[in-house]
Amino acid sequence: MSMNNQGRPSQAAMVQDNELPTISGDRGLDLEARLIFELGREGVTGVDLPDINVDDSRLHGLRRKGAIGLLGLSEPEVIRHYVRLSRQNYAIDAGLYPLGSCTMKHNPRLNEKMARLPGFGDLHPLAPSSVTQGALALIGDLMRWLTTLTGMPAVAMSPKAGAHGELCGLLAIRAAVQARGEHRDRILVPESAHGTNPATAAFAGFVVDEVPAKPDGRVDAAALKAKLGPDVAAIMLTNPNTCGLFEGEIIGIAKAVHEAGAYFYCDGANFNAIAGRVRPGDLGIDAMHINLHKTFSTPHGGGGPGAGPVVLSERLKAYAPLPLLVADGEGLRLVEDRARVPDGAKPFGRMCAFHGQMGMFVRALSYMVSHGRDGIRQASEDAVLSANYILASLKDVMSAPFGDGPCMHEALFDDTFLEGSGITTLDFAKAMIDEGYHPMTMYFPLVVHGAMLIEPTESESKESLDRFITVLRGLAEDAKAGRRERFEGAPRYAPRRRLDETAAARKPILRWKPSALPEAAE
Amino acid sequence: MRYLPLTPNDRRAMLAKIGAPDIDSLFKDVPKEAAVSLSSFDLSDTKGELEVERILSKLAARNVAAGAAPFFCGAGAYKHHVPSAVDHLIQRSEFLTSYTPYQPEISQGTLQVLFEFQTQVALLTGMEVANASLYDGSTATAEAVLMAQRLTRRSKAILSGGLHPHYAETVETVAGLAGQVTRSPVTPGRVEDIVGLIDAETACVVLQSPDVFGLIRDIKPIAEAAHARGALLIAVVTEVVSLGLLESPGAQGADVVACEGQSIGNGLNFGGPYVGLFAAKEKFLRQMPGRLCGETVDATGRRGFVLTLSTREQHIRREKATSNICTNSGLCALAFSIHLSLLGEVGLTRLARINHAKAVSLADRLARVKGVELVTPYFFNEFTLKLSKPAGDVVDALAAQHVLGGVPASRLMPHVSGARDLLIVAATETNTDEDFAKFEQVLSEVLA
Repeated sequence: MSMNNQGRPSQAAMVQDNELPTISGDRGLDLEARLIFELGREGVTGVDLPDINVDDSRLHGLRRKGAIGLLGLSEPEVIRHYVRLSRQNYAIDAGLYPLGSCTMKHNPRLNEKMARLPGFGDLHPLAPSSVTQGALALIGDLMRWLTTLTGMPAVAMSPKAGAHGELCGLLAIRAAVQARGEHRDRILVPESAHGTNPATAAFAGFVVDEVPAKPDGRVDAAALKAKLGPDVAAIMLTNPNTCGLFEGEIIGIAKAVHEAGAYFYCDGANFNAIAGRVRPGDLGIDAMHINLHKTFSTPHGGGGPGAGPVVLSERLKAYAPLPLLVADGEGLRLVEDRARVPDGAKPFGRMCAFHGQMGMFVRALSYMVSHGRDGIRQASEDAVLSANYILASLKDVMSAPFGDGPCMHEALFDDTFLEGSGITTLDFAKAMIDEGYHPMTMYFPLVVHGAMLIEPTESESKESLDRFITVLRGLAEDAKAGRRERFEGAPRYAPRRRLDETAAARKPILRWKPSALPEAAE
Repeated sequence: MRYLPLTPNDRRAMLAKIGAPDIDSLFKDVPKEAAVSLSSFDLSDTKGELEVERILSKLAARNVAAGAAPFFCGAGAYKHHVPSAVDHLIQRSEFLTSYTPYQPEISQGTLQVLFEFQTQVALLTGMEVANASLYDGSTATAEAVLMAQRLTRRSKAILSGGLHPHYAETVETVAGLAGQVTRSPVTPGRVEDIVGLIDAETACVVLQSPDVFGLIRDIKPIAEAAHARGALLIAVVTEVVSLGLLESPGAQGADVVACEGQSIGNGLNFGGPYVGLFAAKEKFLRQMPGRLCGETVDATGRRGFVLTLSTREQHIRREKATSNICTNSGLCALAFSIHLSLLGEVGLTRLARINHAKAVSLADRLARVKGVELVTPYFFNEFTLKLSKPAGDVVDALAAQHVLGGVPASRLMPHVSGARDLLIVAATETNTDEDFAKFEQVLSEVLA
């Protein structure tokens, strides 16, 4: 047993798996957080504001009668609460977060600083255009980067996330179909697609028709072409696809789609694999959303906000939603009125109030200008290289259904290597948590059994990748050797053990409830 | 490139392990005609942090921030003071650089925040349940209309003329696809006859209060009329601070509440990102859009939180989902929740009273200016003035004098006759007496 410089044993060899329960419920640096409603007290606030009276004469008799029920805390208590909560989260800044399809890459802090410049962060969306020229110019610059990188003539900036961008693209397609006086209500969606694709198609009023995948993980182009017909409005294809593979037949597919009078929507969730090397416009795509929170690294924030601008082809650009950014003699301005759009523009409507996720635009442009075209291309190459390195380093111990050829930016495994072990993809993922990693995306795409989709991104060093590979090889070997103790009951070293999701859904508890609401404050 | 850790040696070693001769070979599935060289992109090359900061700062400096001038713009986005603690906390790595809590054991921070957020939203709106956020108030309103169409199996949505026109256009864009969307007349400062439009085909009535002109609307009689015909009442709130002083929509009979949450915790950001609050009666739970966080226990019996009822959602339900939303407004919801936790009951009610008092004081002051008439008799922190000159021109003239004097109604509703001379003015706790004096003085000059 090794000794430290105070002569005490430095190994925890004597400590069993489950330590003594503590009196506090906390365990060293593992600090529990009660609900903010269990901490709050009446009459306390963390914001000093004067206590003034107002009369009711302008309130139309609608002054609040009862208390809201919020209670209150001082600032130090609030800060401690949220700091404790934050420490129960895994994060990219803390470790490798290989969540396939989500692109958990590094979030440069410069971008945060830029978005908080008062000229952007403290700018009102309806301030007169004379005082927002810099913001409009920034949007214009970002539009130029996006259209240049994609080789597309136009971009609609207002969609607020990827799924919102899909909706924008499909509504443009719907408008274009209607403008031709046609009725096309079917959308072809490969079975490997993100769930948002069929959901969006239905949301936009289309009927979804699934296209099967081939054994090599690509869409069955022959089956797809066979389904084309006068009632097909569009196909929605992800490229690179959700198996992490480039759809090599894409140009032919686009040609067939166009010949059938339909449009080609591309889910751009995986644009980060090809940015700077391939222009979607060269592939025959009519519309594609770009997840600024994926490819261009705006922070994921625990589930948003994102941004999903949609690039549009010549055939669709007239239908871009309001508002439109135009330049005229007096500078830049937003056209917000359908009656005053430039010649040829036929906006299908409006996606949201105001003009999109400006805070994300600033961060994305900061990322793009920092990287430059060379850095963006290098980032794509490094993302693809890292995923292939993982695939090559793990495919002998795990099972890679499409392991022969190169993958793009993510490496897909299935659960064949776990066969007979009694260990599932879920168990394997939870064991990764104990090893200090966020699990990969599990059980997606649906086209392979027990899918494990690993996206390392370009942000990892080779040392980090090597360590990750060593850990996954170890886990795979333990699983195959039937050493189930590492998997059953995992995670052991997380803030919580496995959570009972069935119970949560059976009897939903979706909010804290007071035993009794306090009386009105005044 | 400072963000890319791989060295040329690393790349060579990795290619060797893969057995690939070069990086191009990894892109071999890309059709030859689609592979382009770097020079095909007419864009700049890598820049250092200092240069990037210089470029973006120059753009930012061409804008006039709300805090840099006497400022009175609202109409769906409001300037409030956000305590410093909020921005510090939301920039903690564990909140900023995590994603949707798919692995609950290592996402309890985000999940508990969502559970607390849902509780706060339900309490504020006076509703039974709330979801974990939507993109913003306008998209939340559109989702509410779609939900009402599903629940009632009726197609018609009636929008109040006082609904923010951007919201109305957003609703029309999606809810008009399969259904029918009717807007009632715009009657600035007055209540329109909306009850007369409700019929047996009506799925919902959408009523904003305070409305786009700032007018406080009585939800209850319209909710009762809607209910009598089997329709739902969707209440919309664009200034959520108002709920610190006004009766909640739930207490007035709303079935669904869609709010813009920007005012609490979130900056103006030129229009986004914001945070949509969505709350409803519990009986509508299974038709609600978006993520829901629920309480449960872990394998050792300790309380914990998970995303739940996901059989409503696109990743499980695909084309049968209640919405296509995936990424929502997590970090903005966190900012909302932290700010509201700091305010608490006492702070929010005080903040709301201060806002109202400021607006009353400003409205009365401006109403004394020659050529100005107050249109809205009842209001929270925003009111509408009828001016003796076109409001758009007045706003430009005010801006030239370094006063951001509100939003001309004509910008939001260019085709509404009578909107041309209307100016929508907001006052919040951030305004000082000096701001008011300057506004009054410059407005008098402009209208003279």
